[in-house]
Amino acid sequence: MNPTAAAIRAGIRRGRIELRQTFTNFQDLWGYLFPAVALLVVMTLMRGSTIPGTEFSRGTMTLPSVLGVSVAFSSLVNLAQILTIEREDGTLLRAKAVPGGMLGYLVGKIVMISGTALINVAIVLVPGVFLFAGLDLGDVGAWLTLLWVLVLGLVATMPLGAIVGSLFPNARNLGAVMLPIMGLVAISGIFYPITGFPEWLQWIAQVFPIYWLGLGMRSALLPDGMQAVEISESWRHWETAGVLGVWAVIGLVVAPMVLRRMARRESGSSVAARREKALQRIA
Amino acid sequence: MRYGTVDVLRGVTFHANRGEVLALLGPNGAGKTTTIEILEGFRMRSAGEVSVLGTDPAAGDEAWRARIGVVLQSWRDHSKWRVRELLQHLGTYYEPYGKPWNVDQLVAAVGLTEHAHKKASQLSGGQRRRLDVAIGIVGRPELLFLDEPTAGFDPHARREFHDLVHRLSDLDDTTILLTTHDLDEAEKLADRILVLAGGTIIADGSADALSRRMATEAEVRWSRDGDLFVHSTSDATGFVRQLFAQYGQEIADLEVRRASLEDTYLALVRDFEAGDQEAAARSFEKRNR
Repeated sequence: MNPTAAAIRAGIRRGRIELRQTFTNFQDLWGYLFPAVALLVVMTLMRGSTIPGTEFSRGTMTLPSVLGVSVAFSSLVNLAQILTIEREDGTLLRAKAVPGGMLGYLVGKIVMISGTALINVAIVLVPGVFLFAGLDLGDVGAWLTLLWVLVLGLVATMPLGAIVGSLFPNARNLGAVMLPIMGLVAISGIFYPITGFPEWLQWIAQVFPIYWLGLGMRSALLPDGMQAVEISESWRHWETAGVLGVWAVIGLVVAPMVLRRMARRESGSSVAARREKALQRIA
Repeated sequence: MRYGTVDVLRGVTFHANRGEVLALLGPNGAGKTTTIEILEGFRMRSAGEVSVLGTDPAAGDEAWRARIGVVLQSWRDHSKWRVRELLQHLGTYYEPYGKPWNVDQLVAAVGLTEHAHKKASQLSGGQRRRLDVAIGIVGRPELLFLDEPTAGFDPHARREFHDLVHRLSDLDDTTILLTTHDLDEAEKLADRILVLAGGTIIADGSADALSRRMATEAEVRWSRDGDLFVHSTSDATGFVRQLFAQYGQEIADLEVRRASLEDTYLALVRDFEAGDQEAAARSFEKRNR
């Protein structure tokens, strides 16, 4: 068997095993369900109010936007977190000690993160379909748009997660990235139409993938009439694909370099040093 | 090997033969881990020549990696994985290169059969360590690195681990390089002992050869008329012969103890450090002159 193919296959298996582990583990399940339930409750409370200038429920508009954020969180934040944790605990070093282990590890992570993103989307979308009126899910086009936005969104944000995860020395420092990401969520038109914000803020939001993920999801799930509250009153599919595509290309060029540099520095003593530090923190 | 401007390893020259068990001994900070990490290909050296299984570890590819086993000091990695599941999974990476261990045989070989379906996080310290060893050997490596393999083992687990090492080197012809602080262990396991101090190999040989080289004294104990006597001598045989010639039947409870590896090791390191200090003092004097 070709060693590279074998490593990729082992990686896919690894991703599947880890998916099973994370979804049969109470703590992890809670981590997926709690935010989903919280968001559904918030959106249900917003059902009564309407988007200014329309008769459309804010709850319904927020649902697809939240799906976009959820994809970004699953792939960027989760991956960064897992990478820093698994570097600290030596999982990565083990992968390095095995032939083809790093490739397998990376493939495994892609499978696992994609799987959790998919499930994160499903646990909001499925109850959402019953809770919110006005979603436009009837035709194949809606699902196709959902699919390409989801896939492209993952490809655009996962390498960013890998870069962030490689650059931060440990999971506790990741809070430093969480803050700007939360800020981006706030200005990306997730809970309120972006056209209500000052124009300079709109420009900042449009640089980053979160806005486009939200827009793409809205374009998939909302009736076309809702374009009216978007920038230039359009779903802007080409622009969505373009911006997410640029992020994907940048990420896919930079991430392997950063990952390689990070992996090269791993050794038994670097893991031991981090273990010492972590144990001191506990004590 | 150099960190900043300090050379931490210099003149580390040794050779391991196929199927040999080598123990690397030395005080903390002597450079044991650095040496082993250079050989594992996990750390780049600043100078010198290294060849591991015919390849420079700095340029070792995946096929080379498949011939090497590394037993890492684990902490809490793969905590959600079950023992058998993890070994089975890691074994698949070696399939293109050879025949990895049968997972059930491997689990049995490290004595984890009862725990095969436990999660790694549920294992005790010693069990977890045995899992580490199993991970290190799952690909049937030709060369195995063990960095302080029995730290935290109870005597029983230690004995079982020693049996496993013997089996690997005798039956599978695995070459093993281990570091340890346990001199008994080094004496029991190793065909050859390397003593590393101050970044240099200061001794290289079997435990016997080392103690002969150090010409350390043996201790003779005996009793006569109910009194106990102890005498240190470098010629134990001659001394005992003389003892019997002089007192004959009166001698009882005779006991001759050759210097242990521990004595030899401590003497070696002490001599080396004394020499080092002399050298340091000399250069200090020179500078101040």
